[in-house]
Amino acid sequence: MNTNLNTSSSLLFDDIGMIFPDGTEALRNISFELSRGEFVTMVGPSGCGKSTLLKIASGLLEPTNGSVKVDRERLGYVFQDATLLPWRTVSKNVELLAELHGIDSQERQQLVEESIELVNLEGFENHYPKSLSGGMKMRCSLARSLTLKPPLFLFDEPFGAVDEITREKLNEDTQQLFKQEGFAGLFITHSISEAVFMSTKVLVMSARPGRIVAEFDIPFEYPRKPDLRFDADFAELCGKVSLALRGSHS
Amino acid sequence: MNTATENEVTENEEKSSTAILNQPFRIKKYVAVFVPPLILGAGVIGLWYYITFGLLAEKRRFLLRPIHSVIDVGFLDGDNRTESLNALWSSTEVALIGLSISIGLGFVLAILMSQAKFLERAIFPYMVTLQAIPILAIVPLISFWFGTGQTSRVVVCVIISLFPIIVNTLFGLQSAEKGMHDLFTLHHANRFTRLRKLMFPAALPAIFAGLRISAGLSVIGAIVGDFFFGKGEAGIGQMLKKHANRLNGEELLACVILSSALGVIVFMIFGAIQNKAVGRWHEANSATS
Repeated sequence: MNTNLNTSSSLLFDDIGMIFPDGTEALRNISFELSRGEFVTMVGPSGCGKSTLLKIASGLLEPTNGSVKVDRERLGYVFQDATLLPWRTVSKNVELLAELHGIDSQERQQLVEESIELVNLEGFENHYPKSLSGGMKMRCSLARSLTLKPPLFLFDEPFGAVDEITREKLNEDTQQLFKQEGFAGLFITHSISEAVFMSTKVLVMSARPGRIVAEFDIPFEYPRKPDLRFDADFAELCGKVSLALRGSHS
Repeated sequence: MNTATENEVTENEEKSSTAILNQPFRIKKYVAVFVPPLILGAGVIGLWYYITFGLLAEKRRFLLRPIHSVIDVGFLDGDNRTESLNALWSSTEVALIGLSISIGLGFVLAILMSQAKFLERAIFPYMVTLQAIPILAIVPLISFWFGTGQTSRVVVCVIISLFPIIVNTLFGLQSAEKGMHDLFTLHHANRFTRLRKLMFPAALPAIFAGLRISAGLSVIGAIVGDFFFGKGEAGIGQMLKKHANRLNGEELLACVILSSALGVIVFMIFGAIQNKAVGRWHEANSATS
């Protein structure tokens, strides 16, 4: 477990199962592989174990069954909350992970500047989190992970708390970052259109215990334009995912 | 990537950008802050005069001397002033020494408790016990062990002011959100880094809340200690005792005013330090009171 991968795959789940100490079975028989250049989104009903799976991928939780192969050295992880440290300014927050990884100060500054530019927070470097909107906090959180140039990016439903328009914008920005930086992305969400818009592949999970019940390849070219959302093919795919999701509820 | 839109800037953002207030607005703000307590203060002084001259017979007027004679005898008389200020300084010294010891000891204990549940469980009940001991009950013991001089006054001060520092520091150290801890875990932060970069800064608002309480208590501790242990240089407690015994109403009230002034000043100093240290980022940005 946790061995470094020599192949092109960034993350490999092999028959993952998770039963919590209180007897709740959260996940059953989860197997899939994620490579660089792939952006996989998992959708599923609340409580189906999506976040648990992400925690297993990151090493915050150990599965009770199966194994996971992943390189956790420079892991990108975006939480549901932005988890910014309120006593640090935007640039100091972005600098945090590079600090924890012992990168020297000069290189850190360079990385911070680059990352802030990538998420378009220039001009807000010296602001404290309390004066940022939800969307800007999320950008800051993204920038913080980007400093590590992570080969694998895990997103735990990061845009759930922002308004619809901001969310769509963050979706557009995220898929652009994915194209630009070429990481492997594993994204969790409740929103079908968010999933279809950003991903190369959408996995549908069943209600507890979470299993993968459907898989959809998303064929649209990157970078994806905002008006893709009004495309008939896009709507059709969303409909298929929605149907599968409804099926998984019953 | 597209540019961050203007409308992503929140109200908070706008609020902080109006930090440079224009002149009339600033004056209005000061009026709103200072006028209500001034009105109440004037009312209290009026009531004071009424009680002294309206209610008390002349023979019993020593019970509440009029404010102008308190100022005249207590503060403007050179000898009395020197004596009171010396006593005040002696008590301030005791309070500062006591508070410093409480801060040092409190931090060490709180950090230890934050590092292991076992230590927290072991130490905490004794801290509660220490807090619950009525000072009067252990005055004889303290004089047994430490004599009746400055050391004993400092001991009283520490006993009274230690608890809020421990409780608030510990609460603060444990206040960082789970997500933030997960972030540090994901990036392999060691115990010391976690303490320095996450737990300690997160604890600062609570630490300062504790410091303000303890600073006030250390002044009380110094005066109470001085009241019981009078050997050596006399502090405010000894002065209070002396003037009360001699029925010196003016001097007594002057000493009361001085001791509360000391408490208020210490409280305000810590409030100002708090504002300086955490005011910029803390959500509940409390103004110096």
